[in-house]
Amino acid sequence: MTLDVLYFAWLRERIGQPRERIDTNAATVRELIADLAARDDWHAAAFADLAAVRCAVDQQLADLDAPLAGAREVAFFPPMTGG
Amino acid sequence: MSARVQTAPFDLARELAGFGAGAGAVVTFTGVVRDDTGRMAALEIEHYPGMTERALSDLGTNAAARFGLTDWRIVHRHGRLTVGEPIMMVATAARHRQAAFQAADYLMDWLKSRAPFWKREIARNGAARWVDAKSSDEDALSRWQASSLPKYPSPAATDDPA
Repeated sequence: MTLDVLYFAWLRERIGQPRERIDTNAATVRELIADLAARDDWHAAAFADLAAVRCAVDQQLADLDAPLAGAREVAFFPPMTGG
Repeated sequence: MSARVQTAPFDLARELAGFGAGAGAVVTFTGVVRDDTGRMAALEIEHYPGMTERALSDLGTNAAARFGLTDWRIVHRHGRLTVGEPIMMVATAARHRQAAFQAADYLMDWLKSRAPFWKREIARNGAARWVDAKSSDEDALSRWQASSLPKYPSPAATDDPA
């Protein structure tokens, strides 16, 4: 499966790019994170503390255990600070 | 009934012209860039284009159903803002003031921790730091949630208990 993976705020800074397209067999967000963290030290640093990571699957907030079947876009970011 | 994300300033008077026509009560809230440390030069706001508009629109739809709003508007800025500049506004219109006040409060509580914005403080010496989410913002959401709703993620429009 091909996924567009987007990063925001300090996750974007730690990974060094705002988005990337990857091929993965991950079935859940958590499995995708394991794939990504194994890529290099930058990704590993960004995903070192999952308590500080939120995600959206196809632009809807999702749990880290959310399934990825049919997903096209997954985004990772810190807790939101709007308003 | 609209949500917008923009870099440009907004004009509250213009936003309210024709807003909530026929309503008995209109409430507005404006958030302004604040300097808590005495060292801040600016705030930079990043967002998730596409998702932000959708999240704000879902939020307004939820509020309208829950509080019986006759109109609502959310405007949120992004990019670099200096201290004292308006960041965002919500406006709610209802038949009576209680619903309009509560809906504005509800919109702000959800917007602070469920809309994809991230603030970064820029100090006068150029140092930058991402603003941490406050646990009090998370706690504020609990008063709006029925026990049947998951604490995370935010309810979709169809999940609203109204």
